[in-house]
Amino acid sequence: MNEKTTTNTSFFNDAGNRALLFQTLLLIAVMAVGYYLFHNLQANLQTQGISTGFSFLNEPAGFPILIHLIEYTEANSYGRAFVVALLNTIVISLMGIVLATIIGVIMGLARLSQNWLVARLATVYIETLRNIPLLLQMFFWYFAVLAALPHPRNSIIFGDFLLNKRGIYSPNPSFQDGIGIAVAAFFIAVAGAIALIVWAKKRQKKTGVWFPAYWTSIAIILVGTILGFVIAGFPVEFELPQKSRFNVSGGMVLVPEFVAVLVALSTYTGAFIAEIVRAGILSVNWGQTEAARSLGLRDSLTQRLIVLPQALRVIIPPLTSQFLNLAKNSSLGAAIAYPELVAVVMGTTLNQTGQAIETIGLCMLVYGSLSLSISFFMNWYNKKMSLIER
Amino acid sequence: MKSNVGKILTTAAVAATISTGAAAATLDDVKAKGFIQCGVSQGVPGFSNADDAGNWTGIDVDACRAAAAAIFGDAQKVKFTPLSAKERFTALQSGEIDVLSRNTTWTYTRDTSLGLDFTTTNFYDGQGFMVRKDLGVETAMDLDGATVCTEQGTTTELNMADFFRKHQLSYVPVIVQKADEALAAYASGRCDVFTTDKSGLAAHRSKLSDPAAHMILPETISKEPLGPVVRHGDNQWKDIVTWALFVQINAEEMGISSENVAQIKAESKDPSVRRLLGAEGNMGEALGLNSDWAYNIIAEVGNYGEVFERNVGPNTPVGLPRGVNNLWTEGGVLYAPPVR
Repeated sequence: MNEKTTTNTSFFNDAGNRALLFQTLLLIAVMAVGYYLFHNLQANLQTQGISTGFSFLNEPAGFPILIHLIEYTEANSYGRAFVVALLNTIVISLMGIVLATIIGVIMGLARLSQNWLVARLATVYIETLRNIPLLLQMFFWYFAVLAALPHPRNSIIFGDFLLNKRGIYSPNPSFQDGIGIAVAAFFIAVAGAIALIVWAKKRQKKTGVWFPAYWTSIAIILVGTILGFVIAGFPVEFELPQKSRFNVSGGMVLVPEFVAVLVALSTYTGAFIAEIVRAGILSVNWGQTEAARSLGLRDSLTQRLIVLPQALRVIIPPLTSQFLNLAKNSSLGAAIAYPELVAVVMGTTLNQTGQAIETIGLCMLVYGSLSLSISFFMNWYNKKMSLIER
Repeated sequence: MKSNVGKILTTAAVAATISTGAAAATLDDVKAKGFIQCGVSQGVPGFSNADDAGNWTGIDVDACRAAAAAIFGDAQKVKFTPLSAKERFTALQSGEIDVLSRNTTWTYTRDTSLGLDFTTTNFYDGQGFMVRKDLGVETAMDLDGATVCTEQGTTTELNMADFFRKHQLSYVPVIVQKADEALAAYASGRCDVFTTDKSGLAAHRSKLSDPAAHMILPETISKEPLGPVVRHGDNQWKDIVTWALFVQINAEEMGISSENVAQIKAESKDPSVRRLLGAEGNMGEALGLNSDWAYNIIAEVGNYGEVFERNVGPNTPVGLPRGVNNLWTEGGVLYAPPVR
């Protein structure tokens, strides 16, 4: 440690003190403006006789929601409706992110393909979907899907599956006694598979002998789970979809609203991700591939061990932005009756209760936290993937 | 969608910053700017709908025009703000509009907790169901298991849920953000049933490619008194909007129309008619208006019967019968307090 140097500069001429002073002033100004707005808001709401607060969340909602992952009826509260909508938003966002990434990687690689036709098709896909507004694409998928499918009376039937304008109906599994054995078998198999992968990695580091651990572990999980079901005596019963007067009743249903939103979100974002993947791969110098080959690595290993890790450094930051966009764009689902947060909370709840500031605040809070969580996860992943420099 | 959010946020921000004192004299503000800013729908034929040239017509539009005629003697001094169902109350609360006249149902919660006041009812409606004729449904009781399309952010959603719960019928709700897209989903076969106020059903049916293939079921499952809304706390302004409508109803009862109002004002010996038309005394003073305020409403906009026939009557595409929206003397429920 150095000794503190004493200087003759006055307090206000010191750069550090000045910076601190201005930052404090700025902070005070921001807080003052914030307080002014909040105070003004409260005063205005009071003079206008608009009730405030979050007590409305305990009131019965009274409206139905098309898709609910947890039990929900009209008699439940606005708070529960909020949770239902939140889950719908999270589910569509996460599924969209997974699908968009898969589509993006495939299309990005396809656009780099040596095969002329594949590369051109990928280009056409990317340029078309990237350049049409997402809302339009959602309407297209929704009304195109609806127009193409038959009326419930003339449902398309494959075995126990039914397909019509109201959705895809499949048998609904209900688990009986003894399902615990099958579940336990699955977890034991997973644990075994993980142990195998760890062992194989350790052995390869020590001895250099390679073992196909990933394929083997998939086989272990499959066989283990099936074995568990056999031992438990197949404790599953299926409720089959039945045609009723208007619709199909019973069974599980995947509604067109969900399908349209998912397809629109994942193909749209997938087009952007494809370009990010392409840019990432092109950013890795060709010399890297040549060097790997001259070391005798197979092509698949060259991609996996040399090119991809370096490409990922370029890919991850813009990929994060695309994931965030996708999560926020899921709010467009409100336009085609997908009951996500904006539809249920800022649409119906806001209109029934009139609590504009509270409901919009809730929505902002949710989208903020959702985006920040994705962002934190991706930053962690980015750190993990970045080159460790010595 | 994005723009809606933006609009709500801006109006919320506006509510937060500038509307201190908006509860004060709206009449003075309106007189100063020279027109009434009137919140209407984004297009419901017969109620508030803009034509190719941007001219607004409809029952709800005429409620604003009547107030303009009362204040300015000119029914054209109105500017319109088209609002979605979910934007409407915020727009009024924040002072973006002076009157909300957008087929809005008068309910307890809306009247008491939103900082708003309903003036009076200019159309008595009720919710109904529309189905395809080939479905073979005769009554709403047959709808067990049906898929129902409706617009989001209205009393319709709750009435529908209440109806099906009350009769223990199962149903699948498809709730779409805008009425036009809800109708498109119904037209495409996503739903068996389309539900909204019966007047709205008639208006929407006229938009379908083959209106004759659809029918409106006989049941009326709710009371929907529709009327103009103003901000809570400005009694003078509320009185003006309310009495502009009462004048029209009274005029029809007295047999005064836009065609004969000038003649009647000049010739009538009936003191109640002379008071109403400003030939005697000054009834407008109490509202802060001129003595010919009622005369101008009738001359420029017409009586309630004229407004009804012009916009939603049997000879219009909407084609609604007078039904309950008739004078109490004719078997309806329109009963306005006397002007005296």
